[in-house]
Amino acid sequence: MSERRGASLTSLFVAFAALASLQAQVTFDRLVRAAQEPQNWLSYSGGYFSQRHSELVQITPDNVRNLESAWIYQLNSREPTSTRFEVTPVVVDGVMYIVQPPNDIIALDAVSGRPFWTYSYNPSPEARPCCGRLNRGVAIHEDRLFMGTIDGHMVAVDARTGKLLWDTTVVRPEAGYAFASAPLVIKDKVIMGPAGGEYGIRGFLAAFDVATGREVWRFNLVPGPGEPGFDTWQGDSWKTGGASIWLTGSYDPELNLTYWGVGNPGPDWNGDNREGDNLYSNSVVALDADTGKLKWHFQFSPHDEFDYDAVQIPVLADAAWEGKPRKLMYFANRNGFFYVLDRATGRFLSGKPFVEVNWASGLDPTSGRPIRVAGKAPSAPPGTLIFPGNQGGTNWYSPSYSPRTGLFYIPTWANYSSLYVRDKVEYVEGRRFAGGGARAPVPGIRTGQGGYSWAKPEEGYGAVRAIDPTTGALRWEYKMSDLTWAGVLTTASNVLFSGGGEGYFYALDARTGNLLWKTQLGAVIRSGPMSYAVNGRQHVAVTAGSGLFVFKLRE
Amino acid sequence: MLALLVGAATSFALAQAPAAMPPPPDGEQLYRENCIECHGPEGDEVPDVDLGRGRFRRATTDPELVGIVLRGIPNTAMPPSNFSEAQASAIVQFLRAKATRAAATAGNAASGRALFTGKGACTSCHRVNGVGARTAPDLSDIGRLRHSTDIERSIVEPDFMVVPSSRFIRLVTRDGATIIGRLLNQDSFTVQLLDSKEQLRSLMRADLKEVAFIDQSPMPSYRGKLTPQEIDDLVSYLVSLQGGGVQ
Repeated sequence: MSERRGASLTSLFVAFAALASLQAQVTFDRLVRAAQEPQNWLSYSGGYFSQRHSELVQITPDNVRNLESAWIYQLNSREPTSTRFEVTPVVVDGVMYIVQPPNDIIALDAVSGRPFWTYSYNPSPEARPCCGRLNRGVAIHEDRLFMGTIDGHMVAVDARTGKLLWDTTVVRPEAGYAFASAPLVIKDKVIMGPAGGEYGIRGFLAAFDVATGREVWRFNLVPGPGEPGFDTWQGDSWKTGGASIWLTGSYDPELNLTYWGVGNPGPDWNGDNREGDNLYSNSVVALDADTGKLKWHFQFSPHDEFDYDAVQIPVLADAAWEGKPRKLMYFANRNGFFYVLDRATGRFLSGKPFVEVNWASGLDPTSGRPIRVAGKAPSAPPGTLIFPGNQGGTNWYSPSYSPRTGLFYIPTWANYSSLYVRDKVEYVEGRRFAGGGARAPVPGIRTGQGGYSWAKPEEGYGAVRAIDPTTGALRWEYKMSDLTWAGVLTTASNVLFSGGGEGYFYALDARTGNLLWKTQLGAVIRSGPMSYAVNGRQHVAVTAGSGLFVFKLRE
Repeated sequence: MLALLVGAATSFALAQAPAAMPPPPDGEQLYRENCIECHGPEGDEVPDVDLGRGRFRRATTDPELVGIVLRGIPNTAMPPSNFSEAQASAIVQFLRAKATRAAATAGNAASGRALFTGKGACTSCHRVNGVGARTAPDLSDIGRLRHSTDIERSIVEPDFMVVPSSRFIRLVTRDGATIIGRLLNQDSFTVQLLDSKEQLRSLMRADLKEVAFIDQSPMPSYRGKLTPQEIDDLVSYLVSLQGGGVQ
């Protein structure tokens, strides 16, 4: 399809949507064909392939400089100190659904930003989420919205009224389990897994019946006795093996496989008592969406001691590989490597570092297993200097793949390292189970926290790096002064949106990386941008600090 | 049920072998395992809280602190814990001892104050309670921010620890002017500094042809310039600066 024809088709869809303003039910079929209604953003990553790519083309490289504020939503949370606002909104037929920290679902008018209703969930005082009392978004199916809570419940509410439909207690918050990510709806099930890898949880993925909340299947991300992979854990270490879920998975409707990135093994920084590969920590797993049965897995960082969670978005693409069309998965991993896998079989196709890496000298060309460098492991204070550092070459904030440019865009921490320290560790339920830690090599550097930056470029900087996925080669880099917590959105008109720790929200030309537009939002951008259209007008939304900022072209 | 069994097993073990008392909880180890990720190794990484120097937001007494360690602070990032009372107390005692060590000095603060404004000429760059220049960091609360040992080492070895927030920077504009000052902030497009004339400046990177960090501290070493006793006195004075004075 030519670029011109694609653009005009998309304009038609937008025009159609403007006429058809009825709020229809979000069926599974609509979720599968999400790209055909680009005015809506139906799931966390914008579609089952998780490309964070919008087919909307009203905002172009030529006119993006005319963006202006459409509206701003400021948090009105019961917890004013909870300023980690990491949600990606879902937009359906002019209604936007967000989650305000910790667990309030809010329906907003996507034109004006005015709330229709708020569903306020009161989490248990026993909740102890490791990394913020936050939530990254809802999932929708028909008229139901689904949310995981920081105290381990799954809830469903009515999308028209905000009334609770069901509330399922899934896991125990006093043992460190929490839900942080947006769930994924497939057919009549909603799929979710718990965070808590810093508390010695035993991770899993589970599917719940959308109508009742009843658990339908569960796949243990740390295998128990009798399950394949159990022998990759020493002694009883599997009971506290971690392997949590922090981010929403992907789905291939043709293969009926759902793909999820899995978190670190526990304890994070001391693997002495968990000899072995520690499956399925730091892996991507491919499960049958109907049964939860494992089809394949690929482990990026076996026996990890660097907190290299594989909790990045598994991005699916149908593209050529060695001259033939192939079902691919692109995975920019926290461990510093960019991987290409065959998503039908899990076969490793390639893996190249996209940042400086010193813990591995490379990957085995056949298996993709990292070739470890001797001596590069956590040690007694002051610790071992490892590239990339503890937050990784990238982390939870979404990358983007543009089928238009064929490039893969990674929010990157460049020149970034940590001193990894090993320490004693003992498991006590509900307490941190870490076995050490990671410190900045320069005391007091505090990069990426927003507000102030005094770092030299050689001490770490944030960037958007555009990778040619077929070769792993860097095509271009957009360099920031400070580090980044912002995801990347691309559009079919070759506009790329992202941001960073400095508070700038900006647009780049997706082909060249040239800066097209920027605005200062006054706090760390801590989410992935998304785009929607209503009344025929394209909008772009992103959170920063305690606000959700929405832009559209000046009329 | 499990708890009952464990309890029974423990009683049995005690009856069989009345072993030595268990060692007291190690507050430092518990801090490292459980608190360091948010509070940092020095206890100063949560805004407005400095655990290692006795600065807390919501508590002052030991029982209040123990209560927070045990129960957390509802609806905030400070979670409840599963510590015993003895373990929570050990953490609080570790932090109290750390604060005491931070403030330990051997000199005479009054003599140190005279050196600061007199022989040492420290006020030609530093400012305390509204007196002195602003080009180097204001030291009005340095006793709350730094350990006495670090202060002493910085006096004789100024390059030992230039914290990132005290870095100096040299800028050259496109028209050739050189600007030197203390870096206050920076981002991808701008640089903010306090220049050598105590002016707040903000420059566009696009207008600069050179941006360079100055790695050496501009402060001279006082090794050999002050006697060991004078250095002790100066440290005692600086440690006594806890903020709250007249600005």
